[in-house]
Amino acid sequence: MAWIHADQSDESERMSHQIISPLPGIFYRKPGPGKEPYVNEGETISAGQTIGLVEIMKQFSEVRAEFDGVLEKFEIDDFGIVNPGDVIAITS
Amino acid sequence: MAFDILEAGLSTTVQDQGRIGYYRFGIPQGGSMDQYSATLANRLVGNTAAEAVLECTYIGPKLVTRADAVIAVTGAPVDVFVNGEIRAEYERITLVAGDELKFGVIKGGTKYFIAVHGGIDVPEVLGSRSTYPIGAIGGVEGRALAAGDLVPVGAAIDNGLPALQSIDVVDRPVFSRDVNVRVMLGLYDHHLSAEGLESLLTSEWVLTPVADRMGLRYSGPGVGWKDREQPFGAGQDPSNIVDAGYAVGSIQIPGGTQPIILHRDAVSGGGYAMVATVISADMDLVARCSPGTKTRFVAVTMDQALDARHDYSARAARIWS
Repeated sequence: MAWIHADQSDESERMSHQIISPLPGIFYRKPGPGKEPYVNEGETISAGQTIGLVEIMKQFSEVRAEFDGVLEKFEIDDFGIVNPGDVIAITS
Repeated sequence: MAFDILEAGLSTTVQDQGRIGYYRFGIPQGGSMDQYSATLANRLVGNTAAEAVLECTYIGPKLVTRADAVIAVTGAPVDVFVNGEIRAEYERITLVAGDELKFGVIKGGTKYFIAVHGGIDVPEVLGSRSTYPIGAIGGVEGRALAAGDLVPVGAAIDNGLPALQSIDVVDRPVFSRDVNVRVMLGLYDHHLSAEGLESLLTSEWVLTPVADRMGLRYSGPGVGWKDREQPFGAGQDPSNIVDAGYAVGSIQIPGGTQPIILHRDAVSGGGYAMVATVISADMDLVARCSPGTKTRFVAVTMDQALDARHDYSARAARIWS
């Protein structure tokens, strides 16, 4: 399920998107302890690709990109707390 | 008449006023976590207070109605979309067959409620339509909704009241990130040390993301206990007792670290000392709190708790007069 949708900031010439959390909880960049992060800053991502997890109510919901692009920056640290509407990452 | 569920949301369940009378057999009362918000939704669509609604948790469903319907959305603030057009919460909304209902990102709180005229018409189990997922009873097959479900809606009913278009702002619940929750001490507050009791009632506790229909866990400075020799059967930790029944709204503090408020789907008994109990009038308030909410536990007397219950009931009754 694509819990996360991207907003388009149409002011910018080069298409920049925000990946927003619809959930509160704890954000994880890795699928599990000792695993590699789903994606690192500067890497190319494609629509539907998982970039992290949000844990709430003992459920892990995948955070997915909605557009192809480059993951420019994570706005939330690994194990950081997110609230609904928070920007998790910026892509271009 | 029915709704086709295209997307289920995080945890969308059928709930009503609860399954009363079976707690002593271990079946929790269940029901809408925020009863007041749910009753407002029922009032708007012309139901009685007893009809079942859909309780949405953070992420609501996307659904299509198979027939014309009157619905309302109440509870946590969220954008409501009908066929992509934004509609107001706390207002009566008319849908025609084929209309699609979906939601934006929740803006506060945790739960919002969808009522439909006629009510959600799943079979009653032990006198209630409420979903109790752990016991796999009530609701749609005893579980949260899933994509592809067909959710039945009941026949038109006459509640004998004039139609209500909108809930006055003063009658709507407030969603705050900073709350005082009224509690009555007991049954086991005498196990706390003086400093422990002081800490419980004066500290600022912060709701963690570990919160659901069963319980809500808070972080804070913790509490201390009196030294005592644990009786046989009570376990070694001072937060343990010989098993006892849990009042609805009980606060237990396993290990003395993080208080847990037991909510509507919690177990009916166990071996943790209940140091206090949230008064019934404030159970909806607890249900409205999102993770990160700063919370103080304020001790009240039985008389104050009963007055608060009276005020709560009177507020709800005004909606139905």
